[in-house]
Amino acid sequence: MSLIQTLTNGTQGLFKPNSLTPMQKLTLRFVVVGLIYYGVVVIEGMLMRLFEVNPSLALGVSQEQFFAIMTAHPLVGIFGSTYAIVFGAFLFLVPFLMKKPLWSIKLGNWTFWLITIGTFVFWFAGFVSHYSPLYTLYWPLPADFSQFSVLGGTFFIVGIALVMVGTALFVINIFKTITFTPAGWEKQPGSALIKSALGLSGLSNLFSKKKKEHLVSLPVAAIARGTVDTAFNAVVILFTGVLILIYMVAELFGVSLKHSAVDALLYKNWFWWGLDLIADGLVLIFVAGTWYLLATLITGKKLFMENWARAALFIEMVVSWTVWSHHLMSDQAQPGILKILSGEMVTAFELITQGLAFFITLATLWSARPLKMSHPLKFLLGGLLGFALAVPAGIMQADLGLNRILHNTQWIVGPHVHVAVLIGLTMTLYSAVYFLFPILTNGAKLYSEKLVSFHFWAHLLGGIGMGAFMGMAGLRGMLRRTIYSNGEFNLYMILAAISGSLLLLAFLAFFYNIVMSVGLRGVIEIFMPSRLKTTDLLPTEK
Amino acid sequence: MIDSNIVLTGQTIAYTFYVLAIMALMGWFAYKVTRNGSGKEIKPVLFYSFVGFLILIGVSLHIVTHETIPWKAMDLNRAEIKADKEFHITMANHKFQLPSNKLTITKNEKVKFVVESKDLTYGFGLFRSDNSMVFQMQVIPAHNNDILWLFDRPAVYSIRSTEYSGPKGINMIVRDAVEVVE
Repeated sequence: MSLIQTLTNGTQGLFKPNSLTPMQKLTLRFVVVGLIYYGVVVIEGMLMRLFEVNPSLALGVSQEQFFAIMTAHPLVGIFGSTYAIVFGAFLFLVPFLMKKPLWSIKLGNWTFWLITIGTFVFWFAGFVSHYSPLYTLYWPLPADFSQFSVLGGTFFIVGIALVMVGTALFVINIFKTITFTPAGWEKQPGSALIKSALGLSGLSNLFSKKKKEHLVSLPVAAIARGTVDTAFNAVVILFTGVLILIYMVAELFGVSLKHSAVDALLYKNWFWWGLDLIADGLVLIFVAGTWYLLATLITGKKLFMENWARAALFIEMVVSWTVWSHHLMSDQAQPGILKILSGEMVTAFELITQGLAFFITLATLWSARPLKMSHPLKFLLGGLLGFALAVPAGIMQADLGLNRILHNTQWIVGPHVHVAVLIGLTMTLYSAVYFLFPILTNGAKLYSEKLVSFHFWAHLLGGIGMGAFMGMAGLRGMLRRTIYSNGEFNLYMILAAISGSLLLLAFLAFFYNIVMSVGLRGVIEIFMPSRLKTTDLLPTEK
Repeated sequence: MIDSNIVLTGQTIAYTFYVLAIMALMGWFAYKVTRNGSGKEIKPVLFYSFVGFLILIGVSLHIVTHETIPWKAMDLNRAEIKADKEFHITMANHKFQLPSNKLTITKNEKVKFVVESKDLTYGFGLFRSDNSMVFQMQVIPAHNNDILWLFDRPAVYSIRSTEYSGPKGINMIVRDAVEVVE
């Protein structure tokens, strides 16, 4: 096939969009949109990297735009990209693993559109109006209308709210799918399924001689438990959004509400409690569950120490509810007891829970030697390495002594945040994408194996390199949310930009490979209604 | 008092060593997992030992820093410690209002900085001339924001807001505002 034919119809014309079920199309739509938003995030990240070296290199980005990008960048990354890919994958995997249909495909489509449109709305509002209170929204900055446009801010918050509504629908769909009884089935034990999904039966098994059988598989339990945090997080962000909207709407009607009506420290505790349910809750739980799933699928073996894995997921959920104070260690008005108990001690538990997940996954893989170094396996190992690097970096900064000299430096966003997200989380997602690709496309073939290898190495080296150079700058005092206009940290910023360009190249190689695999026609047809009228996940084999 | 730069050097060495070790371990694992195994299962005792090791590391890190980083205990007990000198600083409209143009400290004085914000959430940090950080704290409006620090060597420091307070806040720096004299 010629290059143009492959670009149009995919590799060897193997991808047949007409054969896709509505569920396959729904999942693929989530993945395509998630990857497009990831591309936006990578380009934005690269612009910021160039701006940090020298503002004149950043294609005309102004100072106000720089901070607007800094505000949108993590939100598009988490909601537009990660939420889209993860929600799409889990809406497919939960029914797939439970061998039953999704409770509501319609609700799944609503989640898809709300996340897609909501992300575009807040990104576009930030792009046009330069609304830039950053994702932390420290009070009263989001309502500081001497710096930001009220209208731009209103649209920004409405966009976030749309994403949260889509998230709430995802939560309902997941729990209903676990508990509902499909037509023609024997009545399902709803409450027992919920107990198993939340890990309560796994926990009691640790202390009981009579081991109960698990009604849901471990990956489903992980998804359910991460979904609990997703629900709480949506409530907190929605509530905060409504609070900010009240100030905005009042301002639009010519009434300036007093900022002092909201206690800045209480607000910060509340917001970080919710925000941390993403960073230290659902991400860690979802990732651990995905590791377990991939390890068992790759090896075909039972998970090592499964009851411990289930118990660790339960503990992680409780940890994620009580860990938020490590973000307030430099707030002197925050009670010292909260800093020590929640900030230091509970946070240290994350080293244990994530360490357990790391060990259990490696031990499961080890038990199946020799394994072929497939694409899913190498990306899975990359993901494991990412968290092995990023979690200890986080534990270090969650220490009262070290936080005093690390807080808000490039150390936080480099070795901790970006290595966790880019290497730990994203490489785990890539592993799942490469694993699910033939299943979701009914046997389409990847265009180039060499491009997958390039994708792996460029992403791994770029992500670790960028995190490392940002970290080195942070250790030398470079702050994370400001501009250094005299080239104070240029050596590190140039090296970080070179590493960042590797990440961009890795993404371009991956995207090109996927488009050439399914063809442009295939990509477009994913968004057309399925011709198959079925709730089955996969087409029936003829 | 140990300088914050020395603490950061120690952290750099420890973390670099760890990074090299974990990368080597993962490289070794990636190689070995593709080779024939002995057929032996991993024993649970190895798992429990690993859990014990993680608990030991998680707990001991904070005990070690409490005993070796002097400002940690001082910060937790600052309400009971009498400062030799106190500076009251106000932050408003993206500007620092200092009690005098230069804050002069005599070597070995314990100094308390009490910083008040009149509008937004800011940060307050001291930086050396090479832009490295001595310390920082957050400054929350309508709350008490104070930090106690022992200055045991002559130096000149700049004050800088360490928290983002909108695009107007990026120039919140007062160069050479603090001087520690013999």
